[in-house]
Amino acid sequence: MRYLPKSPADREQMVREIGIRSIDDLFAPIPAEYRLNRDLKVPRQMAESEIIDYFRQRAETNAAGYAVFLGAGAYHHYRPVIIDSLISRGEFLTAYTPYQAEISQGTLQAIFEFQTMISELTGMEVANASMYDGSTGAAEAIMMAVRITGRKSALVARSVHPEYREVMHTYSQHQGLPIAEFNFLENGRVDMRDLEKKISADTACVLIQSPNFFGTIEDVTAVADLVHSKGALLVVSIAEALSLGIVKPPSEADIVSMESQSFGVPLGFGGPYAGVLATKEKFVRQIPGRLVGETKDKNGKRGFVLTLSTREQHIRREKATSNICTNQALIATMATIYMTVYGREGLKELAKQNLAKAAYAAGQFGRKSKILFEGAPRFNEFVVQTEKDPHEANNRLLEKKVIGGFPLKRFYPELGNAAVWCCTELNTKEQIDAAVQAVGQ
Amino acid sequence: MAYPNDYRYTKEHEWIQVKGNTALVGITDHAQESLGDIVFVELPKVGAQLKKGDTFGTVESVKAVSDLYAPASGKVVEINGDLTQSPENINKDAHGSWMVKLELADAKEADSLLSSADYETYIKEEQ
Amino acid sequence: MSDKDIKKATRHVNQNEGLIFERSSPGKKAYRLAPLDVPEVDYKKVLGAAAREDLGNMPEVSEMEIIRHFTRLSTWNYAIDLGMYPLGSCTMKYNPRVNEVVARLYGLAEAHPYQPEKISQGALRIMKTLSEALIEITGMDAITLQPAAGAHGEMTGILLMRAFLQSKGNPRKKILIPDSAHGTNPATAAICGYAVENLKSNAHGMVDISALAAQMNEDVAGLMLTNPNTLGIFEQEIHKIADILHEKGGLLYMDGANMNALVGKTRPGDFGVDVMHLNLHKTFSTPHGGGGPGCGPVACKKFLEPFLPQPVMVEKADGTLGFDYNRPQSVGRVRMFYGNFGMHVRALAYILANGPDGLRQTTEDAVLNANYIRKKLEGDYELPYKSASMHEVVFSDRIQAQKGVKTGDIAKRLIDYGFHPYTVSFPLVVHGALMIEPTESESLEELNLLVDAMKSIAREAEEDPEMVKNAPYMTRVSRLDETAAARKPVLRWRPAQAQSASE
Repeated sequence: MRYLPKSPADREQMVREIGIRSIDDLFAPIPAEYRLNRDLKVPRQMAESEIIDYFRQRAETNAAGYAVFLGAGAYHHYRPVIIDSLISRGEFLTAYTPYQAEISQGTLQAIFEFQTMISELTGMEVANASMYDGSTGAAEAIMMAVRITGRKSALVARSVHPEYREVMHTYSQHQGLPIAEFNFLENGRVDMRDLEKKISADTACVLIQSPNFFGTIEDVTAVADLVHSKGALLVVSIAEALSLGIVKPPSEADIVSMESQSFGVPLGFGGPYAGVLATKEKFVRQIPGRLVGETKDKNGKRGFVLTLSTREQHIRREKATSNICTNQALIATMATIYMTVYGREGLKELAKQNLAKAAYAAGQFGRKSKILFEGAPRFNEFVVQTEKDPHEANNRLLEKKVIGGFPLKRFYPELGNAAVWCCTELNTKEQIDAAVQAVGQ
Repeated sequence: MAYPNDYRYTKEHEWIQVKGNTALVGITDHAQESLGDIVFVELPKVGAQLKKGDTFGTVESVKAVSDLYAPASGKVVEINGDLTQSPENINKDAHGSWMVKLELADAKEADSLLSSADYETYIKEEQ
Repeated sequence: MSDKDIKKATRHVNQNEGLIFERSSPGKKAYRLAPLDVPEVDYKKVLGAAAREDLGNMPEVSEMEIIRHFTRLSTWNYAIDLGMYPLGSCTMKYNPRVNEVVARLYGLAEAHPYQPEKISQGALRIMKTLSEALIEITGMDAITLQPAAGAHGEMTGILLMRAFLQSKGNPRKKILIPDSAHGTNPATAAICGYAVENLKSNAHGMVDISALAAQMNEDVAGLMLTNPNTLGIFEQEIHKIADILHEKGGLLYMDGANMNALVGKTRPGDFGVDVMHLNLHKTFSTPHGGGGPGCGPVACKKFLEPFLPQPVMVEKADGTLGFDYNRPQSVGRVRMFYGNFGMHVRALAYILANGPDGLRQTTEDAVLNANYIRKKLEGDYELPYKSASMHEVVFSDRIQAQKGVKTGDIAKRLIDYGFHPYTVSFPLVVHGALMIEPTESESLEELNLLVDAMKSIAREAEEDPEMVKNAPYMTRVSRLDETAAARKPVLRWRPAQAQSASE
């Protein structure tokens, strides 16, 4: 086996020195009746060339070469090539969690830079070293708000990504933490009256998404005022991180939970991605997950360490802030490189291009179909309502190698034949025009 | 460090100094030594009602965290806010660094706790 | 101190590098966008009050500087690619490069999770093939690939147990957890609404059967057991453990963190486990990446299948694959989309590269390596439990502590010898633990270098304990002030720091 660096003679020598007759003696602690005395029924050992062929064949039957108009929580942005060349360095790729700070300064400093950039972009004071993804991060944000406020319920907008809401429910179901939902208006924004009716002295937090699942940018300030007047916290979830290039950061929020997939992370059929939680300094001891802090060594030299780890499961066990153990360090590093490549000006320019493409596409679609949720600003997504089921148009589009918008009927039956479309910098005018034409047929 | 004779001690390593119907509560020198450099103290709100044995806060070092248990029942009438700014004072002088001041429900309740001699014997045995 | 016994590492020049923000200056760029082919939009007009003014302190640098910045940072890390990484319980094995190549194939890396199923058959087939292989390896009946990491898998598994017990009328109140368990186990039980009850180990470092029998009752939902446990010891009475639980209606959960000791040699499904998670980033070679992404599939017996997170993959009559969202008994979704698909690809590539013979040989080599280290270091270091070791061995610092040298000090000194340290101070049942897991990826030469280094440090601890207590000496930073970091946390860079903290 090519990954195993031992010759038969090495093994024989080791067996001799250990003082056993054969390697099988080492498995004697496993009761004989449970030992597997046959080969596992898995595919036979393959050559590297065969492995590449195997996956190449799978990849070819998997939508290679299609134009994509899907967003809905996973965004198709260009990934600068230096991301993969840098994160492929074995020192990033094959290192463990940086518990031994003296030989992990590379990972630690990169995460410190990630925390800084996320804080800057979200308008928060601090950010953690990342969470599994946006959906689990949002669930953890609610649990964090419960710890801070001592209140025991939460309100979530129905315009939050439906799968995020499902995950929140899974997390909260056995914690005595009821999560209720409140509605959205015809302009796509949250229904403040419905929120005001449902918020109570037991509400730990209100969670909204902006831009929300329909692409609408929420009036965070207004929601924050209402929520804070009731003594609750505001959690803002961001699924499309690139929006922060031109959209005002939700500084009025108490916790921001962001999915950073847009920042240089491949779509990869849904993962791995990286979520992140950002918050105010005063709440930092209630944040779950890892944190990197700056300090000095014995000679006064700057260095970085994992810090405030007494919040975490390996020390606090059942009293920990969360059971989360890993973060998404490599994905956070991808995002850090991406944010560095585009930086202060590039993120804005890129976001402007997304806005322009979506505005153009919505205008074109609007000629023959109805665009829902007009009247409030959007970023790079918009909802098109058609006479016929959007699956029909999508099937026509597939023949032209175009993947159309995400049909909403499964999650929002009241919207009828609607689909949420997304345009990024990668969608050309030509693709948009072709899609508009096919949908309008 | 000496264990003052006029304090009483718990097996969870808190000390209590009763004066009339109020008392000061802190952690013992043994406790601070086993925790190491203390980095954070979380104390209850003034007005909190505690029953003997309730947790009323936590004390954290870099690698460990410990709950604080009320040695006697009563109401929290004052907390030592200096400790949240300078938790290292507990390492320097554990028996001088009180954490909460209690208005005792029963001034005699603490009498049943360990004396300084008993406590010193107890921590020797524990090791 | 002297370097005369250090054979594996040599000092060499490495580059200093500040924070990326300290390199930034206005007008530098590392990108160029394609020209906009649609009419430009005035974003301030469109967004109104929601428009952003500027992006604060985000960096402005050139591509060349980014390459140097992150390359320099990378050289400050230790990594499996540089040498042995014997962290117990972490299974730091070789991460094959072909895994990385296939995960980046166009069509897989660029697949949108909501693209129609009929053009996702390749990705679905990969998930299906991996699922079948993992079911066979664990001896279970069903699986979900959705959990994003080991602890996330634990949560999923305990939720399955809870949903099953609930369907029988009573979810029960407690989970039993051995004192040697990973910290994630009790934290998970708490999230799932269970109280945690500690289960003591016996003198052999295994579950105390009579204690288990005494603690097991109708309030106990089940036991979370790591096998081999965190001492590297196989629970020989595993079936008795399962029987005691099952007789009282409880379930046996297995933390699969140590599956690298078992693959191809025995199957948890055969020895009584009802539900377990796997760590693809441990046993199945997906890279740790400096602390994630992980991936924690959960395999279970048939009777738990109805409760699996939705969606569940199904094979349709026409042979195509798709997702079933109609799962009324499901515990719900634990993550958006379908899990860390990129890790599924890599894990399957690893299984294909090994085949049944390679997987078995891998397990044998992992166990052989651990036992070789045990044999060579026994005597120099205290072995607190004498039961047979599987894939890892746990020593204690009892001998060295007599001179004031603790496990953490030995670990730091090992860095000077060119190794990443073992796992320090875990499991908690061993005072001053040194937990060593070499994995199968180490050659006899590398193992001997570790043995020599550990013996040499044992001598140093005897002759010059102060020197060991101040290690490491060869690293670019010496021991860092963790107390200061925790007392006044500095968790981000701010412009004002720039003047005082530049290197």
